[in-house]
Amino acid sequence: MRSTFVDCLIRRARIDERIFLVTPDVGFSVLEKFADEFPDRYLNVGIAEQNAIGVAAGLALSGRRPYVYSMVPFVTMRCFEQVRVDVAYMQTNVRLVGIGGGLTYGPAGTTHHAIEDIALMRALPNMTVCAPGDPVEARTLIEESFDHEGPIYFRLGRNGEPVLYDTGVKIEIGRAVTITEGDDFALIATGNMLELGKKVAHAMQEKGKNGTLLSMHTIKPFDTEAVLGLIDKGLPIVTLEEHNVIGGLGSAVADVIAASGKATRFRKVGIPDVYTHSVGSQEYLKREFGLDLNSIVSIVEGVCR
Amino acid sequence: MTHYSHSSHVGSCLSIAEILYTLYFRTLRIDPLSPLNEDRDRFILSKGHGSAALYATLAEKGFFPKEYLDRFYIDAGMLPGHLDKDAVPGVEVSSGSLGHGLSIGLGMAIANRQSGNPGRIFVVLGDGECNEGSVWEAIMLAATLKLANLTAIVDFNKLQSFGRTNEVIDQHNMSTRWRDFGWDAHDVDGHDPDAMERLFNAPQDRPKVLIAHTVKGKGVSFMEDRLEWHYKSPNDDQYRQALEELGGDA
Repeated sequence: MRSTFVDCLIRRARIDERIFLVTPDVGFSVLEKFADEFPDRYLNVGIAEQNAIGVAAGLALSGRRPYVYSMVPFVTMRCFEQVRVDVAYMQTNVRLVGIGGGLTYGPAGTTHHAIEDIALMRALPNMTVCAPGDPVEARTLIEESFDHEGPIYFRLGRNGEPVLYDTGVKIEIGRAVTITEGDDFALIATGNMLELGKKVAHAMQEKGKNGTLLSMHTIKPFDTEAVLGLIDKGLPIVTLEEHNVIGGLGSAVADVIAASGKATRFRKVGIPDVYTHSVGSQEYLKREFGLDLNSIVSIVEGVCR
Repeated sequence: MTHYSHSSHVGSCLSIAEILYTLYFRTLRIDPLSPLNEDRDRFILSKGHGSAALYATLAEKGFFPKEYLDRFYIDAGMLPGHLDKDAVPGVEVSSGSLGHGLSIGLGMAIANRQSGNPGRIFVVLGDGECNEGSVWEAIMLAATLKLANLTAIVDFNKLQSFGRTNEVIDQHNMSTRWRDFGWDAHDVDGHDPDAMERLFNAPQDRPKVLIAHTVKGKGVSFMEDRLEWHYKSPNDDQYRQALEELGGDA
């Protein structure tokens, strides 16, 4: 997704003078091709995230469309209050591009994991929050951001994510995408859990249960209608996210269910409310938290009629 | 304004009165009738608690009617205690949280230099505000980029929330610090418009800072250099006396 992002940005920057790339000294071997082609629209501010956001806001207040690129914790949390005032409150056209959503940086340790970012960003008025699940979603949403008014946060993975889409599917900010349809259960996945969601749906199909799989690539504005549609059909709902179970996708879906006045079976699958002290790859840590195929299949079986 | 609304920070406003006068009436190329001119100079009040002084200056300059000043810091008001850029024309940046304004000004200066826009950027910071680490992030980058269209003014009134700035965080050598970080730093009397105007207009090949030595509560005998006027608002008698000393009309 890192390469998808920078390739999209370069294509657009060739025809759009407003595009600007800011980094607090992150992106070695990824950002050079942008820097080489547009040296006067690329800025490494040094290891100074608060300043990166302020500078980006100043650029945006001067008509630019700055994209601030770093790892998720550093582009959202280290500079959170700058994001709040200079970006969200002032509604500047700053785009935060966070690499390494969830447990992407596995063995690097908890400082580099991102399990709180969706909750923080969606609590900010005016902020759009996108967590694409594959390179196709990433490309489409980034392209849509070029002319979008207002701030956006992108939660991306790293590199090498598989393409999960057939061509021709319509993807737009704020609209969930229906990947599979079925009447036995519903899975709602966001970001880097979409791939596993697809595998779960397939495994359930082999057991004779057909499910609806929604890709909720935009967490804010939230596609309430899509969730209400599942509730109206009486489908049990399971949410999948590589994020703390507090404040993320599952919480957003729970809000819709609670306000609908209708009962439905519901389970949140995500990272429990703990910081891990285990060491291991993204897949290893996900297994430890029950974010693996077998664990999720048994949860889905549990909620099925 | 701070009298009728019972709001605080009147001392912080009086310490920047001459700075704002020198900028708005002798330096900035701005047009209150077209406040969004693309090549205008821009001013950021990073110490957003001095908002009342900026609102009064903008109204005097003609950015909005003076009647708006009666709606500061009150129910159904127009002008919040800390700056909201959407409240009235002329406020370039929302502020109130310290340590943001210089970075934003830096971004504007970078954009102007990149596009050949002649607009200059001016940022007023408090001396207490210079405790914020983010200020120094911006100072370092501005010097590295040698931005000659950026000018900072430090309102060096030597008082902050809990006492003398030097007793909280020692920064008696304020100008040396900025100079050592690569800025063109000048100590100046922050209540002397002529001296400040000369420095604003002097040629510049890198970012410039005026360390403006000021007196908190300047011009009102019982407020001058008194920490409590960071918090108090004047009662009726104090209000009348202050206006008399400042030569204003009630």
